[in-house]
Amino acid sequence: MRFVDEFRDAEKAHALAARIAGLCEPGRQYKLMEVCGGHTHTIYKHGLEDYLPESVTLVHGPGCPVCVIPMGRVDDAIHLASEPDVIMTSFGDMMRVPGSNGAFFDANARGTNIKMVYSPLDSLKIAKANPDKRVVFMAIGFETTAPSTAMTVLRARAQGIKNFSVFCNHVTIIPAIKAILDSPDLRLDGFIGPGHVSTVIGCRPYEFIASGYGKPVVVAGFEPLDILQSIYMLMLQLHEDRSEVENQYARVVPWNGNPVALKAIGETMELRPYFEWRGLGFISHSALKMREAYADFDAELLFAVPGVRVADPKACQCGEVLKGVLKPWECKVFGTACTPETPIGTCMVSPEGACAAYYNYGRLTRQRVPEAISIELSRP
Amino acid sequence: MTQQLASTPPPRPRRVLSTGDREQQVLDRIERARRRRPKLREERITMSHGAGGKATHTLIEAIFLDAFRNPLLEPLEDAARLPMKGVGEAGGGATVALTTDSFVVSPLFFPGGNIGDLAVNGTVNDLAVAGATPLYLSAGFILEEGFPVADLTRIVASMRDAAAAAGVAVVTGDTKVVEKGKADGCYINTAGVGAVAAGVDLGVANARPGDKVLVSGPIGDHGVTIMLARGELDIEADVESDTAPLAELVAGLLGAVPGVRALRDATRGGVATILNEIAQAADVGVFISESAIPVRDQVRGAAELLGIDPLYVACEGRLVAVVDAGQAARALAVLRAHPLGAQAEIIGEVTAEPVGLVTIKTAFGGTRIVDLLVGDPLPRIC
Repeated sequence: MRFVDEFRDAEKAHALAARIAGLCEPGRQYKLMEVCGGHTHTIYKHGLEDYLPESVTLVHGPGCPVCVIPMGRVDDAIHLASEPDVIMTSFGDMMRVPGSNGAFFDANARGTNIKMVYSPLDSLKIAKANPDKRVVFMAIGFETTAPSTAMTVLRARAQGIKNFSVFCNHVTIIPAIKAILDSPDLRLDGFIGPGHVSTVIGCRPYEFIASGYGKPVVVAGFEPLDILQSIYMLMLQLHEDRSEVENQYARVVPWNGNPVALKAIGETMELRPYFEWRGLGFISHSALKMREAYADFDAELLFAVPGVRVADPKACQCGEVLKGVLKPWECKVFGTACTPETPIGTCMVSPEGACAAYYNYGRLTRQRVPEAISIELSRP
Repeated sequence: MTQQLASTPPPRPRRVLSTGDREQQVLDRIERARRRRPKLREERITMSHGAGGKATHTLIEAIFLDAFRNPLLEPLEDAARLPMKGVGEAGGGATVALTTDSFVVSPLFFPGGNIGDLAVNGTVNDLAVAGATPLYLSAGFILEEGFPVADLTRIVASMRDAAAAAGVAVVTGDTKVVEKGKADGCYINTAGVGAVAAGVDLGVANARPGDKVLVSGPIGDHGVTIMLARGELDIEADVESDTAPLAELVAGLLGAVPGVRALRDATRGGVATILNEIAQAADVGVFISESAIPVRDQVRGAAELLGIDPLYVACEGRLVAVVDAGQAARALAVLRAHPLGAQAEIIGEVTAEPVGLVTIKTAFGGTRIVDLLVGDPLPRIC
């Protein structure tokens, strides 16, 4: 199939793997973080780690939109959905994220009407079809999804739709990366930059990582060869002692981002002073809320939102997993108390969550693979 | 394909990390946890309980099997096989297969079929893959007040045609009407009985290391058709449901190939769910090759867009067969000689290890697990 198969070519992968191995300096360990959950998903789904030499470790980062939603916000959303005449809409990923009293699916079993939508614009269709209901869109995601929320609000205003509002939980990626860079418990050698976020914000916002922290960044696409090539580009930078921001995903990501999308976000939303991230705690200027000019679309103003704060379950180590300090299987409850059927932490819910990706796809050691693929790596 | 699998090099531990043993301990602990008797934790039924994945399995084992437990139910095959003592040829006893299935598909009409032929083919196929010749069906209708008679007539006409095509008769039925809003137009339940020939003993627990795994055609057509027919996605693709009766295909296969160990029709939960059931029931591993699995481009494309895996998407006219390695080539030829099996492929094999797990060699060249899903595959957000 065109536009898919050429990015999954095993021969090219073998060639790249050999080059990556050739760049490994003896005795040196390399820790590279893929910031985006979409990358984590690709890495596990295609078994990409099979192509990496022992000394290269991939560390899974915080860029999984539902993974960073704290329990309290889920509870708030369910509270909103329980108000009279409310239809809540949300992305499929959110449906199983646990709050302190179950997830959206469980709330629906108790009587709420939370519908899965594929685009925020679908919420407007629902609002128009149900004029006597109040439709609230549970907006989540990084800068990737914020523009579509913004465009939906702009369209709702243009069309005079009064029974639609947004429960805004959009977060921004840069403060999360900064929190990780400043975290004392993790030493990283470079970053595989988030491709989808960068289609909106461009590559410039990462320059502080290269210049200020001396770590190379390569913005990467989402096919397995994209990621393997990005790893090669990072290894080459490390080999040549460079730290720059490079764009592997130039077929989609413009260096300066998407000005129309940024304008739509800026028009409708502004930074919150602080926002709670699952497992990472409060991070200042790390999330978006509706601007005052769009207060009539802000569910947090239209409804009484309890603003619950729920401490993460004690056993759950999502924070450490999100920061890449722990590998999923190193969490105390991984795979036993916390499974995709009964997730304790958000990382186990989304297909982009590091724990779910590892549990669903990666839960085997090389010794257990019956037909382990063998790659003859040509070391110089 | 067969050669490709056979020539794959033997296991060779590549990555021996100091943490490897620790990771292995965790993995062993998880395996033990997976094997524990499932406990239903939810207080209410959620949509996941109906999706055919882990939540459905848990519900069946914790509630239904727990209440009804008996040796005929316990194998949890697509149809129960009932020995009829003192009946049949020469008084030696015959075996009857019995199955039932309910149909709640939305929309009721979709490209390639409607709820009517689905209801007949679904039950016919459950009998066929149990090794039975489907004979008689019952049909129960739950109709919503206000449902158009013209639609019902169309549905029933499709059932009649599907029954004729499958060589079965609808011999008893039931009708209930519920108030508007208490059902979604029309629900159908069918039950079926069939005769199992002497010596036929199919079951996923029969799978043995070395056996080959086949599918009878491209996977995921029905599920993707339904997702697109709901019209919520604004995606159009030239794809239609594969709903079809498999009885003739199965009869041909069983007649010509002695080494067939198990058959399953890959409905809810898709091929991945069947493979996991094989791995768990027979205490074996199943290893498949992604590039060998037939998937239409339209289905692959839609699945890529939605972020779902065709391996988990429902089929309504495809079977998975486990066949003795020595008979696999013959089984493939027999399947391909029938129009419903023209695009059959050998997709993998049964292995001794890792017990209870399905692994796949991806087209990209890596290896990963193919686990059961919890509920319906959820589209990813970005």
